[in-house]
Amino acid sequence: MSKIAIVGVGQTTCTSSREDTFEEMVFEAATKALADAGAEVGDIDNVVTVSNDFWDGRTISSMAVQEAAGSWGKDVSTVEGDGTFGAFYGMMRILSGSFDTTLVVSHMKGSESIMNLITNAMFDPIYQRGLGIDATSAAALQARSYMAMSGATEEDFARVSVKNHGNARNNPYAQLPLKVSVRDVLASRKIAEPLKLLDCSPIGDGAAAIVLSNRKGLKRFKKDPVWIKGVAHCADAFNLGYRDLAKSRALKAAAKKAYKAAGIQKPLSDLDVAELYDAYSYMELMWYEGLGFAPEGKGYELIRSGATGMKGELPVNPSGGVLSSHPVLVAGMVRLVEATLQVRGEAGKRQVKGAKTALAHGINGPCGQAHCVFIVGA
Amino acid sequence: MGKRVAIVGFGQTYQRSSRKDVNGVELINEAVNTALADAELTIRDIDAVVIGNMDHFEGINYVDMWSAEGAGAVMKPVIKVCTGGTTGTTVAMCAYYHVASGMFKRVLAIGWEKNSESDTTGAIITAFHPVWERPTLGGAVAGLAIEASKYMANYGATERDGARVAVRERLHALNNPFAHLHQEWMKGIPVDQLVDLLVGSEQNAMLAYPLRMSDMCPRTDGAAAVIFAAEGTAEKIAPVPAWVHATANSHNFVYAGDVNMDRNTTIAEASKKVFKKAGIKEPLKEIDVCELYLPYSYAGLKWIEDIGFCAYGEGPRLLWDGVTDMDGELPVNPSGGVMSSNAIGATALIRVGEAALQVMGRAGTRQVKGGDVNLALATGFGGCYWGDVMLLGKKKPS
Repeated sequence: MSKIAIVGVGQTTCTSSREDTFEEMVFEAATKALADAGAEVGDIDNVVTVSNDFWDGRTISSMAVQEAAGSWGKDVSTVEGDGTFGAFYGMMRILSGSFDTTLVVSHMKGSESIMNLITNAMFDPIYQRGLGIDATSAAALQARSYMAMSGATEEDFARVSVKNHGNARNNPYAQLPLKVSVRDVLASRKIAEPLKLLDCSPIGDGAAAIVLSNRKGLKRFKKDPVWIKGVAHCADAFNLGYRDLAKSRALKAAAKKAYKAAGIQKPLSDLDVAELYDAYSYMELMWYEGLGFAPEGKGYELIRSGATGMKGELPVNPSGGVLSSHPVLVAGMVRLVEATLQVRGEAGKRQVKGAKTALAHGINGPCGQAHCVFIVGA
Repeated sequence: MGKRVAIVGFGQTYQRSSRKDVNGVELINEAVNTALADAELTIRDIDAVVIGNMDHFEGINYVDMWSAEGAGAVMKPVIKVCTGGTTGTTVAMCAYYHVASGMFKRVLAIGWEKNSESDTTGAIITAFHPVWERPTLGGAVAGLAIEASKYMANYGATERDGARVAVRERLHALNNPFAHLHQEWMKGIPVDQLVDLLVGSEQNAMLAYPLRMSDMCPRTDGAAAVIFAAEGTAEKIAPVPAWVHATANSHNFVYAGDVNMDRNTTIAEASKKVFKKAGIKEPLKEIDVCELYLPYSYAGLKWIEDIGFCAYGEGPRLLWDGVTDMDGELPVNPSGGVMSSNAIGATALIRVGEAALQVMGRAGTRQVKGGDVNLALATGFGGCYWGDVMLLGKKKPS
């Protein structure tokens, strides 16, 4: 593709509880992205915000952040879903010919939310909610199902947690940089069998923003463009019972389209770095398979061999991933921000040397119902 | 330059106060199937889906995910957009951008709401700032009452002028089998007399001066689906596609205290952008029919001035002269509009769908100008005083 470029990125630090309001967080992320691009708000033609009424506890949640996003007098819209889906819409608005540049910004205050109730509310109100199901208990079902299909063990899940929390120690924006062992993860408090505390991401506070531009708009910006080489998204069925929870056919479909556009044939070797949405440790192994890094049921081999470690063939989540900071809706956009920084060579201590092509991934819905895959490159 | 885009199919459920026979997903599915049948397509022909509603009304989170089976979004790209009252037009614009981007050929836009399962005003109040606004100016009626009072003070409009808009909307709704409010008793009574009844009847309760029950939109259960297609595909699907000539949104303030209630500045700005893109110089003459998001009666006076159909303060004259009636120069809301059916997430999308039907010449008993409609304007209003505008036309845009 290489028609639309990411020219500016901004992220706040993620913490368990920030004192800032939604507006202040959005303002920080948007200002950082504009400063990174060497631009001002007047260089932005239109704005897409990302928010969710349940997480914000506010109907028309986009209302709270428009001034902070610099939307005054502009054409704006709001996506409810992960930030990667917002970025996708921001890109299409440019491709339509109506705009040359888009600012996309996403925010989350997990500290003002009750995850169990909010994610319980995405299930069927009559037959499922009463069972108390939420994002974590649904994920536990998926983890079990995946273990049965693949033979992956709780130790394999723990290895993901060890790797990602360890990587987070190189990331000043991460919420939970930890030096932990497999034994620590296995010994951490049970949350929902087979998931322990350190298998689960910490829902927290944060915001992120990106600036997108077509070729014509580039002259407004100082930063070298990082091009969107390929992107696609796809949703599976909603009812967990209608899906094979152990296999992610929606991710496979999205990855196939994105790879085709980007000319990726062998993802494990063609990609230099990947930032995945690992809301729970086991998810990273499943996404390896969905993304074609490993054959179906063999994702655990990559974590056992260290292929996805910082020194491996394809480092996954050098930032520490979602396991280390999980502002919901923002987390996928942070993956895109991190992928951009990697391609630019600006990822600091978490930089993968010589990274030229990076993958960013976002999810939506229970157990990774929908997936969005971005391939970015210089 | 993006692709040219047209609307090729529209489906809506019957709008009713309570659809107890279906759940939300079934309601959505009803609209989707109707739209697909209208375009003679199957769900396999759809490349992507856009959906919207207001989460807190039904209390369902991640509606794009929850509705995947009913919306036909399984193993397809689906995005949810939500901007309050504008949600329906936001959905339409999102679908338009999907196709215009060249990434998708046929995109399904869905809006829905099941207000019978909601505490609508309770949910709307949470849209406002928890400290500064909720205790004083939350909900839909209060802010609109202020706007109406201000319009009356500025331009000398009267309660009878407001009622004239209500009468038009309710009379038009009688031609629309899909509309929620069918006030059959109004049939055969002269307009003057109807206006007198509305402003004089004690049964027509005052909600917040000057707004009575008859000045407001209802709460409705309903869903709508519109199919957008790219040039090259659209002509094969629909004999007369409704081409999108231009679309725009405008937003300015967030806090009610900042908004200048004198004029509707966002709908004015968005209209200006659309008319500039489409080369419209005299909207009243050039546009043949409107489907406007008028959530309450006085909007039908003031906002048509902001769009540019007449000078400030002249709205009432247009109404009393019958310019906006079915047989007038510029029929407004042949469907009966928002004041006759308001399934909130679907409402603005129905404006787009109805405008498309007028262009296609397929609006049945509510068709205006004998089907000779070249340009139709649809608007959305809501969110943080957002204005959405979409102009549809019979000719392919240049």
